[in-house]
Amino acid sequence: MTPQELCDTLKTTFGDSILEIKTDAMPDPIVKVAAERMKDVALFLRDDERTLFDVLMCLSGMDYTGGKLGVVYHLHSMKWNHKIVIKVEVPAENPHVPSVESVWKTANWHEREAYDMIGVIFNGHPDLRRMLLPEDWVGHPLRKDYQVQEFYNGMKVPY
Amino acid sequence: MGLLDQKFENSNIIITSMDNILNWARLSSIWGMQFGLACCAIEMMATGASHYDLDRFGTFFRGTPRQSDVMIVAGTVTLKMASRIKTLYDQMSEPRYVLSMGSCSNCGGPYWEHGYHVLKGVDRVIPVDVYVPGCPPRPEALMEGLLKLQEKIRHESLAKKKSA
Repeated sequence: MTPQELCDTLKTTFGDSILEIKTDAMPDPIVKVAAERMKDVALFLRDDERTLFDVLMCLSGMDYTGGKLGVVYHLHSMKWNHKIVIKVEVPAENPHVPSVESVWKTANWHEREAYDMIGVIFNGHPDLRRMLLPEDWVGHPLRKDYQVQEFYNGMKVPY
Repeated sequence: MGLLDQKFENSNIIITSMDNILNWARLSSIWGMQFGLACCAIEMMATGASHYDLDRFGTFFRGTPRQSDVMIVAGTVTLKMASRIKTLYDQMSEPRYVLSMGSCSNCGGPYWEHGYHVLKGVDRVIPVDVYVPGCPPRPEALMEGLLKLQEKIRHESLAKKKSA
């Protein structure tokens, strides 16, 4: 499918849940989706015969500043060799996004990392623990307003 | 009579002080602990391999802290790793030494300002005997550090406590 056809398919299927479409974005088209519909969109994109996005290439957490967090999904179809970027945006004080772990297994560790670094909470994730940082760490360090803690377990952190 | 008795009969005996013989034994076989934390470990492995051949100083790597004399902290010490390093250090038997290899374990290196996860110098959790600068240090630099450590051990004394 061409980028235009992909975006049109999503728009006709999900209507108002598609918030924004950038068909000519380079290198791949970008579609912004309402966070609460994300899992439905993911299932549709994976299973529909016309799209067949069977590979989640990357899942990233984002801090857009101004009290907004987000998640970006980069998808690829092995059969049709087309790609698409899906974005969702959530308020920082209530950052809940449906987990796509049951759709693409790749998402398991990616979502844990996004939770660890940004603090996005993935509803329905089977094992949402910190990925890289120690379990007793306070805060999410890749948020733009993160303040480095003075001490961690008695060890001074700043230089 | 065996060969050994003949040797002693010829009064082939060396007299030395206890300090001398202990220090000589210790500095001639400094066994390192085999663990690397980042890219410095690559240089450490190169130093141990045939081209630079650390074995000629009596140094080779052991897989457990209980058999090691020196801990070569080779690489970035993250806060998560710092508590493990402390544990490993505590498991080493005395006399034990620490060689901090590279800028990261000396002072935090490139992470000194924005490294929220990096310990700014391994000497904040364990005492360090020798610092080797570099990013990463060349094998020659690491060998120089081990020779410095040998010098330090050479001047130790049983009467005096080892300076931390």
